[in-house]
Amino acid sequence: MKKFSWLSAILLASMPTIALAAGSIDGGSKQATNWSAIGMFVGFVGLTLVITYWAAKRTASAADFYSAGGGITGFQNGLAIAGDYMSAASFLGISGLVYTSGYDGLIYSVGWLVGWPIVTFLIAEQLRNLGKFTFADVTSFRLGQTEIRILAACGSLVTVAFYLIAQMVGAGKLIQLLFGLDYWIAVVLVGGLMMIYVTFGGMKATTWVQIIKAVLLLSGATFMAAAVLYKFGFSPEALFAKATEVHPKKLAIMEPGSLISNPLSAISLGLALMFGTAGLPHILMRFFTVKDAQAARKSVFYATGFIGYFYILTFIIGFGAITLVSTDAMFLDGSILEKTKSGIAAIKGGSNMAAIHLANAVGGNLFLGFISAVAFATILAVVSGLALAGASSISHDLYAMVIKGGNANEQDEIRVSKIATLVLGVLAIFLGIVFENQNVAFMVGLAFAIAASCNFPVLVMSIFWRGLTTRGAVIGGFLGLASAVLGVVLSPAVWEATLGFAKGSAPIKLDNPALFSMALAFAGIWLVSILDRSKRAAADRDGFDAQYVRSQTGIGAASATAH
Amino acid sequence: MSNLAKIERDPNYQELVRRRSSLGWMLSGVMLVIYFGFILLVAYAPKFLGIPLGSGVTTIGIPIGLSVIVLAFVLTGIYVRQANSSYDVLIRKVVEENRP
Repeated sequence: MKKFSWLSAILLASMPTIALAAGSIDGGSKQATNWSAIGMFVGFVGLTLVITYWAAKRTASAADFYSAGGGITGFQNGLAIAGDYMSAASFLGISGLVYTSGYDGLIYSVGWLVGWPIVTFLIAEQLRNLGKFTFADVTSFRLGQTEIRILAACGSLVTVAFYLIAQMVGAGKLIQLLFGLDYWIAVVLVGGLMMIYVTFGGMKATTWVQIIKAVLLLSGATFMAAAVLYKFGFSPEALFAKATEVHPKKLAIMEPGSLISNPLSAISLGLALMFGTAGLPHILMRFFTVKDAQAARKSVFYATGFIGYFYILTFIIGFGAITLVSTDAMFLDGSILEKTKSGIAAIKGGSNMAAIHLANAVGGNLFLGFISAVAFATILAVVSGLALAGASSISHDLYAMVIKGGNANEQDEIRVSKIATLVLGVLAIFLGIVFENQNVAFMVGLAFAIAASCNFPVLVMSIFWRGLTTRGAVIGGFLGLASAVLGVVLSPAVWEATLGFAKGSAPIKLDNPALFSMALAFAGIWLVSILDRSKRAAADRDGFDAQYVRSQTGIGAASATAH
Repeated sequence: MSNLAKIERDPNYQELVRRRSSLGWMLSGVMLVIYFGFILLVAYAPKFLGIPLGSGVTTIGIPIGLSVIVLAFVLTGIYVRQANSSYDVLIRKVVEENRP
């Protein structure tokens, strides 16, 4: 990190001159071209390209490409994990949710955080001790390679695909608003840069891009929250008092509202958020970038701290936006204000822009540019991590282990993952453009549901349950995958909002299917495994002891290959 | 595989597994109870979370929600501290004594 601090200092210092350039005014849904934002963004991209060049020269082996040679420290990895998790959706989305509904935003933040302790207690060290490049290394440790790798690849690719589409569409919309660029240009730009980072720099570049972005995002959010609190004499009570005074919902923003209407739905969403975290392939992959299990354990501790701190900041930022943005005509759409008489509803660009407008309100145009650039950087970093996870699943799990039966030439394997990255990049750009005007909000929920119902049950059962057999894992895992997809399609969010069927006609009333899809997955895994009398099943159970000793002690674990 | 059997009989290994799994599952249980306790309050007793603290507008729900976040971090810290101070020592002993 030190190595780059002077570089970033120079880049930041040169910003004001770029910012002085005049902005042009553009009508329609696009924002006026924001030159200070573009300048800072160009600075960020320049810095990340330098890092990619540096990383590319040091990326030769498969271990370098997939896991940065195991040379990332616990603290650095904690920042990178936090970076993967603090996506634009959670930064802009949660602060926007707090802006419109107050307390409800906090419920989501809590749900998104509580998966991390579980990862620390049950998964992080075992994952590092048993795996090498992907989480399928762990699930297939003692089970049938071919079947389990195919299952894990399906779970990973479907999760990555939905998450990626949601990020691409969000990116296009956001960049259109922030920078005044056309939607398709924004999508091509994000997809193109992502392909460069991943194909040339592999995990090393992807990790450092993520670390830099995490530091920028945490500093920017800290400044914003501090500026808000400063205006209220560092008294949260004064901030809340002003917010309840100006918000049309008044005191109701200080308690749970209508967002969570049905108790079962709340529990189901809670399960998806909590256990989905422990099944996201791009997050699980990060545990292989550190030296050993000790570093893996520490990295989740740091990540939990950073993410928790960040969510507390977004809560303050959301309330800050209620008091400073919804009351300032500069940030409001006059015609909507006329109709609704509510500053909350009239915010320019929708509630997701609350944090962006707040940046302008507390720090002026230059800070607005900084936060816009950080939001763009956030999307870039997150899509790169996703693309790498998807590509690894194709090249390591499908190509090297299934097609080549574990005997792939290392250079061929790297070549396949680079080609896979390019294919994923082109596909992401294409789908991003196709889905431009679709409601994709459900896709992140779906990604979490699949991660919680397919990846997580197979992973946790393979680590802890001797009785698990290949057949049980495959049937239970696919049952979880299928029921999660079906449950989302039949839920109100897709059935009514996206497919346009009548309100109230959704066959399943849960917003997230995790409650039954996780139960089905675990029940399927258990039942099929205990009934499995095949020869393969006996071998699966016999392999447990050796796996368990290695997961506990790290004896025989893939060693770090840092240069 | 004789080395495997030897490790499994090693008292240090047995102590490591016993202590680490009991703490890990216990803390996971505590986290689940805290989180689903919070979710059940949200679902069944939203008005309870809306009770104001003292005479101001800040409700009891704010410190409760924030403390779930802080507790998640604290529980993680407890585990990492235990692991750093005692499990790592046991792991090192097991590795040293069972070199093949």
